[in-house]
Amino acid sequence: MSVFEVFISAIFVNNIVLAQNLGNCPYLGCSKEKGVALGMGTSVIFVTVMATLCTWLVQKYLLVPIHLEYLQTLVFILIIASLVQFVEMFLKKAVPPLYASLGIYLPLITTNCCVLGVTLLVQREQYELMESLLYAFATGAGFLLALLLMAGVRERLETCRVPTAMTGTPIALIMAGIMSLSFMAFKGMV
Amino acid sequence: MNRFMQEFTKGLWKEIPPFRLMLGLCPVLAVTKSAESGVGMGLAVLFVLTLSNMLISLVRNFIPSKVRIACFITISATLVVAVELLMQAYTYPLYLQLGIFVPLIVVNCIILGRAEAFAAKNPVHLAIADGLGIGLGFTMSLTFLGSIREILGAGTWFGHPVMWDGFQPFTIMVEAPGAFLCLGLTLAAMNYGTHRSIMKQSRENAGNTPSACGGCRACAMGRGSDND
Repeated sequence: MSVFEVFISAIFVNNIVLAQNLGNCPYLGCSKEKGVALGMGTSVIFVTVMATLCTWLVQKYLLVPIHLEYLQTLVFILIIASLVQFVEMFLKKAVPPLYASLGIYLPLITTNCCVLGVTLLVQREQYELMESLLYAFATGAGFLLALLLMAGVRERLETCRVPTAMTGTPIALIMAGIMSLSFMAFKGMV
Repeated sequence: MNRFMQEFTKGLWKEIPPFRLMLGLCPVLAVTKSAESGVGMGLAVLFVLTLSNMLISLVRNFIPSKVRIACFITISATLVVAVELLMQAYTYPLYLQLGIFVPLIVVNCIILGRAEAFAAKNPVHLAIADGLGIGLGFTMSLTFLGSIREILGAGTWFGHPVMWDGFQPFTIMVEAPGAFLCLGLTLAAMNYGTHRSIMKQSRENAGNTPSACGGCRACAMGRGSDND
């Protein structure tokens, strides 16, 4: 696949939230304001790319040579958890302004299925290293897009009258459904 | 024994995930394409949740609180690897159907949520009851959502045709949008039911006004009254 195709496919056609149903907790939890959505989305892109790099290397040069592929899940989640910890410490020391804006989202990302999902999908699709990194970046960008769209809609929804039983999560889920419906129109592009 | 039953039954209705506890949404939305995969996913979570609750409750006094999350994740990841291997050995078609969502049980918030909120603070037998109850509730919800989506989206239930001849399936229900719509409408229906029963109670009471419950914002009713 060409670079362009990987991008379009991961952002629109196979959008991680709206087509693959991954990463729903932050999608519903962090989409009340655009600023929060932007912070969360950027952190996810950053961590996904870093995690894909680390896990790809570990899988190729550690797990496969010693035949421990079945421990993939365990090893990957430990890598992601410690990576997030390191990134947090590094940002705190080296780039304080970035830490101030992303810091609170970082601990939440460990249990975001987006990150573990991408690292596992990359292994199942058997992508090369560069392809994997591109795919990880594009998937993160797709997550950011979905989150921003949702935050935009929810901000306007604040001023609308919603049936009592629908307020809160039900209406958010139904909007996500409609958004996902419109993303289905991208099918057939790649 | 009384406490045991109490902790067990609360997961079946009062705190049933994902409707009352909004946790672990990804598998709920992604694998309920059919009733069968719903049951399979639910049972896998039930297994991991019960054992992780048990193990965490056993070691809860030895783990320093600073590294507890890392320990919880390691324990649940180990159990998930075991489930993966068991499923590969005994239910391979189901394993393929659930795909990436089996390893993703590790990051299912229900597991960590129950570990942190319940198992780390309670003795072993209660932790097991909690895991069994919540896990069974989760299985029931997944089967329910899977059944609705499969019946409407494919006209079958557990693979058997159940709709009349000439029924046109709503294919959308087995695609990603159907998951969001189905869960959203089910939640709305549950809220409506709760709302109705509160209204009825308040009419029966002397208060005679819908705000007899105080409108504490804990339920949709309390929030709704702000808009009026």
